[in-house]
This record gives sequence, structure tokens and C-alpha cells, in this order.
Amino acid sequence: MPNLETTALIATYSAMGVYTLSFILFAVDLAGRAATNGTPKPTRWLPSAMALLWLGWGVHLAATVVRGIAASRVPWANMFEFGLTATLVLVGVFLGISVVRDVRFVGAFVTGFALLSLGIVTVNFYVAVSPLPPALQSVWLVIHVMVAVLGTGFFATGAALSVAQLLKHSSEDGKLATPSWRFLAAFPKASELESLAYRIIVVGFVMWTFTVIAGAIWAERAWGRYWGWDTKEVWSFIIWVLFAGYIHARATRGWRGRPAAILALVGFGAVVFNYAIVNVFFKGLHVYSGL
Amino acid sequence: MASPPRSNRDLQPEDLNDVALDFDSPEAPRKNRLDAPIRGPQLGPFEFLRWSWRLLTSMRTAIVLLVLVAVASIPGSVFPQRSSDPNGVIQFERNDPELFAVYDALQLFDTFTSVWFSAIYVLLFVSLIGCIIPRTIHHWRVLRAAPSEAPRAWNRLSVVRTIPFTSNSETALETAEKALRRARFRVVRDGNSLRAEFGYLRETGNLVFHIALIGVLLSVGFASGFSWHGQRVIVEGQSFTNQLSSYDSFTPGRWFDETNLDPYALRLESFVPEYVRDEAKGAWTPVDFTAEMLVTDSTGSSEQTLKVNSPLSIVDSKVYLLGNGYAPVITVRDPDGNVVFSQPVVFLSQDSNLTSIGVVKVPDGLSDQIGMQGFFYPSAVELDTGALSSNDPEPRNPTITFNVYKGDLGIDEGRNGNVFQLPTDDLTQLAGRHTGIDVVLTPGDVFAIPGRIGTIEFSGLSRFVGVEIRHDATQLGVAVSIAFLVAGLLASLGTRRRRVWVRASPDKKSLEWGAQSRGDDPGLDVFIDRLTAEPAGNPRGKVGA
Repeated sequence: MPNLETTALIATYSAMGVYTLSFILFAVDLAGRAATNGTPKPTRWLPSAMALLWLGWGVHLAATVVRGIAASRVPWANMFEFGLTATLVLVGVFLGISVVRDVRFVGAFVTGFALLSLGIVTVNFYVAVSPLPPALQSVWLVIHVMVAVLGTGFFATGAALSVAQLLKHSSEDGKLATPSWRFLAAFPKASELESLAYRIIVVGFVMWTFTVIAGAIWAERAWGRYWGWDTKEVWSFIIWVLFAGYIHARATRGWRGRPAAILALVGFGAVVFNYAIVNVFFKGLHVYSGL
Repeated sequence: MASPPRSNRDLQPEDLNDVALDFDSPEAPRKNRLDAPIRGPQLGPFEFLRWSWRLLTSMRTAIVLLVLVAVASIPGSVFPQRSSDPNGVIQFERNDPELFAVYDALQLFDTFTSVWFSAIYVLLFVSLIGCIIPRTIHHWRVLRAAPSEAPRAWNRLSVVRTIPFTSNSETALETAEKALRRARFRVVRDGNSLRAEFGYLRETGNLVFHIALIGVLLSVGFASGFSWHGQRVIVEGQSFTNQLSSYDSFTPGRWFDETNLDPYALRLESFVPEYVRDEAKGAWTPVDFTAEMLVTDSTGSSEQTLKVNSPLSIVDSKVYLLGNGYAPVITVRDPDGNVVFSQPVVFLSQDSNLTSIGVVKVPDGLSDQIGMQGFFYPSAVELDTGALSSNDPEPRNPTITFNVYKGDLGIDEGRNGNVFQLPTDDLTQLAGRHTGIDVVLTPGDVFAIPGRIGTIEFSGLSRFVGVEIRHDATQLGVAVSIAFLVAGLLASLGTRRRRVWVRASPDKKSLEWGAQSRGDDPGLDVFIDRLTAEPAGNPRGKVGA
């Protein structure tokens, strides 16, 4: 009988397996759309892709919960756990939005990104359950990191839609006319993708605002100051400012459309950088990677 | 029947000047923010100033400045900053003094107070203020004015509906007015038509958000002059009184005055850390630090518990637990046995098993001035090389080794120097490493300094805590500003600005409804359908939002 920690790891790998199948089906669906004559429509593979994604997400959820139980605390106290929970929330946000709106056409982007992140996190950042140092023993660990994870999930979904938007812009301009890009015809119009991406990113922005505020309140209690330009604080600020720029760009002629989408992707690039690079290679007070 | 609903999303950028997107601020204030083409400078200094001002306060410039602020922040994470990592800066200077001089001249170690960073954010805030003021004035007028007239280009509205009625137009209009009022619209009746508007909160929230940003900046800018903070090491059983001379280091704000320090005293009764073995890493990790403090202020004394993440609040300052370690008690006697030095000496820990280093200086009472460099191992074990190491942060086998020196410690010149450093260049080593005379002490051990100078005893073991005491005058202003910022953000993003016009059709058999939102509003047609479908009943759901 493996212990809880091992069970969580096995479940994580299982979730990755199911996500892989789901990703393949999403990709097959896009390829199938490209191959059809006339207006591309979703293929018969799409429902299976979605079903597998729900299944994979269930396993992923179980893995995360079991990891939390194994550690007797919230499952986001080091980089591996943050990545585990953040990808869970990312896929969850995507699934949640797909209940309300048909966003399945970006399924391949979302599952691909989630799979890649989860793989990198599990292979490179895995650490065994270890006790929490005094500085992390705070209710703010629950609040601050949870909103950060949620915000990241929304930014990631917004980024996937922005990629789709950029492709669609090119397609609407008559570029990407080769048969392999035909699936783009099944996408909504670029302007619709833009407004959808915008609304999702705005939710992410609100959550990021709360992340920074909760972080500042915690920093005041733990380190004696609410803001000290620690490397992680610098990057959280950069992310906030970039997405503030995006929100303004959305309302400004000359910035709508492509430039705004690029700004959204740059912002999401900063989110990924803040997690993957700043944690590991930069010096600072947010030393929680556990590596 | 209704003409097909048009969506904002169908509009091309060229349409932005049209009624569709621009209705809430059609006059001058908006123009320079959104849509006015920025032309090259025209004749005359006044026109040039005007042009510069419009350029600076244009939204395009604001976006560029936002991106610039983001880019200009990056050095703050790449280079060690004097504000957050002073030791890193010193290290950088030591490693590469020439490169350091270049970077320092570029203010890369002071990113957030540098000239270039300041220039960008000052421009950004000037741009912001230049935008807020006209928009606030405009919004104030809009708030006091009636909803505006229906546009002539009726069919270009996002949602257009024609709803036949069975009664007369008067009753139908009254019912429509009631429905709009229930949805919390501001409604004005003009003969055979209605004009209604909802969602003024959107712009109000937007303005509050941006004004709150200025509030944050002003709070930090002005109140920080009244802030101060300082550090102090307190050994178990020792007291600290809150006065300037008691601090080990102190950073006053610009307008600090020593009388700002409230009189109180802190005594460290005990410090208890708790470690657990992290089997995954094969190392000990702390899981708890608890300092019991006796706090004495004008109202009396009380025992209070100080922990990480749980600072003490005393009058208008806060006490934070930032560090801890061991303070072995060292007693030095002269050859006749008279005590010339006896006190806990703070040793700074170097690793997770609390191997620590410290310095003892004995300037008086012996035939020579004596200085000692010490290594402290809480749980000493001997490595294969013969060197000592600690394998546990708890004092299971506390051991000190010393290098003992004699000579001029430089204290008599009035220069105290760093208590944690002993420059040994001008000193003569008497015992310790490389002398063949090892000084290895466990509690109670006594070592006789060669040359009948005196004796050294490891006579006890205490712990110390490093506390930081802070008064942050910016907190209140920033907290209030942030509360407004969040409220403004949520109000602005959560409110839809909608305008609805209703008029009786020329044949008096139906009502024509037209609606327009500012910005994306995919729910507008559903909203209008609900409003027109149930004119008498209660519209289901949160129709106004």
C-alpha cells in the first residue's frame, strides 16, 4: 500500500496520461476541421476530447487533494505544489468557461500548455512533503497563493484566446491560407475572440490585484514592511502594470486588436517568468521553491 | 419586426468616434484621451505647450508609459538593490569594483529611486492627473444632467426592437418607464419618448480607482518621512529600552525626531525554537520560533508572545521577530582569578545547524588587549578531516573553538568598529588554528591563555533574538487608498453603462426600443428582451447589472 505522498504522485502522472490523450484528440479535431470541405465544423473527436479532459481533471483534482492531505496543509507551499494546483485551476477555469461558452476550439492550446507545465513541474520541481517554515505558517498562505493561482489560471486561458485571436487576425487578413490552417475558419471572429479574451483577462487582473494586496498584508506581518521591492514583488508589479496597459490598450484606437493581444501574451510571459525563472534563479525573500 | 441587432464588435476602429462607443464622454475631455489625432506641433509656444499636454495625457502615451514602467522595473530584480539586499550590493562591489562603478553611476542598484525610473512614473502620474481632472469635471456634469437624446442614427444602435402594444401608446410608455425604473435606470419622459441611462457607477468607479492610485503615491511620498525603523539584538534575560542609543542600527525618515520614540522596554524572557527532521532533505528545518517578551510601557508590564508572522504592537510601533541564534556566555579572568569580562556574546549562525561565528574583545583588565574569533557548534561532531561540524541546531554538544590574539584592538582610539569583526592583521596570534594550541571548550571548560595573561571560560549558553522595530507612517494612507482602489475597480468593471431609448412608432401601434452600451456588452439584447417581454411583471434576475 503506497503512502499518500506516492499516491498523489502516481495520480499526477495518471492525470498527465489522460491529458495527453485529450490533447491528441483536440489536435485531431483541429486537423479534422482543416481537412473538411466547406465551413469547418467540430469533428466527432471533440466530445471525446472534452470527456477525457474532465476525467483527467478529476484525477488531477484527486492528486492535488491527496497531496494536501499528505502534507496536512494547503497543497501550494512550494513550487511543485503551486504548479500542481495552478494547472488544476487553469484546466478548471477552461472547463468552467466551456460550460457557459463554447471555447473548445482553444482546447488544444489549453491542454497542451497544462500538460507541458505539469510535466515540467513534476519532473524538475518535484519535492517530497516537508514541514512549513515559520514564515509560511500563516492564513495568508491560503489567501495570497490561492488568488495568485486563480489569477494565473485566468491569465493562461486569456493567453490561449489571445493566441487564437492573433492567428485569426492573420487568417482574416488573407494570410495563413494554406490548407493546414483551414481549421481557423471554425474559430469565432478575431473581434469576438478579443472581447472574450478581454473579459477573462479582466477577471485575472482583479485576482492579481488581490494577490498583490494580500501579499502586501502578509509581508507586513512576516517581514515588517508591506512593500520592499523584493524580486518577486518587482515581478508581480510588472505583471500588474502590463495587464493594466492591456486593459487600456483595449480601449484605444491603434492598440486594439493585434497590439493588445501581443501585450496580453507579454503579460502572461511575465507570469510564467515570475514563476519558473524568478523562483529558481533570482535571489529574494520568496524562497519557497523547496529545491 | 426588429431589425437585426448590431454589435459593438462589428464596429471598425474608424467608427470609434461615432455615437456607439463614445457616448458617455463626447466632449473635449474624452477627445484627447481616446480619439483625437495627435498632430505635429503647430506655431507658437502656447500651441506647442498645448500639443505637448495633449500628447502626454493621451491614452496612447499612457500605455507606452505603463509598458516603460514595467520594463524599467526589470533591473530592480536583476541587480541587488540597496533597499532590499544591501549585502548583495556590497558583494557585487567586492567582486567587480569597475563594473560596480559603471552600474552604480547608472543607478542600477537603486532602480526604484533612480532618476530614470522616477522620470517615467512622474510622467505617468502627470498624464494620469491630466486625464482625471477633465474627466471628473465632465462626469460631474453628466451625473447632474438628464440622459441624452436619442441619436439620429437609430438603426446603428446595438440593439433595436419594435414591440407592438395592444393598449394606447401612453399606457405602453408608462409601463416601459416603470420597467426601466425597476431596473434602476434614470429615466426622462419627453412627450412620446423616453430616454434612460444606467451605470454611472462605471465611470465613478473608474475615476475613484485612478484617484486612489494618486493617493497611494502621495501617502508613500509624504508619510514615509515620518517613518522609522531599527534593529536590535536581545539576549535572553536582557532588556531593551526604546531610545535611539539602544538600537544596533536605526533608519530614520526625513522628519524623524527622537521624541517620536515612545518610552517602553522589552525584556526577552525566553526564546524557544522547534526543529523537525526533514527526512526528504536529510536536514533539520525550523517549524516554530517563540519568543516570550516582557513588555513594559506607561500602563504597566505584560507578558507577550512574539512569533514570526505575529508581530507585537506597542503604542505606534511594531516589533518583528527577524532572527535568532546562540549567545554563549564567556568569562575572562586575570591570572589572579578576578573577572574582567563576563557576558553572553552574540554568535551569528552560518547554516541550518546553527554553526555560528562570533567575536570577543577584552580591551581592559589584562596585561594585553585580547581579541578572540570564535566558532560555535551547538552539536559538535568531528569530521574525518579532524575539523568540527554541527549536526543538529539544538545544543546537544555545545562546543566553542577560539583563535586568541593579543595586540591593539583599536578600541582606545574611540573607534568601536564592527562588533562582529576582528581585524587580525596587526594582532599576534596566541592560540587556536595553526598555532598547535587548540582552544576547544564545552560548558564549564577553562582555557589558560599562554603567557600567563589570563583564562577563558565557556560558562553558560543563552539564546538571542534579532528584532526589528518599525513605525510605518504610510500604512494608514496606503490602506485607505487601496480600499478605494479595489472598490473603484470592482464598481467600474462590474457595472455596465447602458442607454435605452423608447419611442412610440409613427403609426402608434408599437414601441420602438433602442439600446446602446459602452464597451462590450453581449448581454444587452437579452436584457432588452427581458425588459420588453415582461413590462408589467418583475424582470427576473439582476437586470441592471
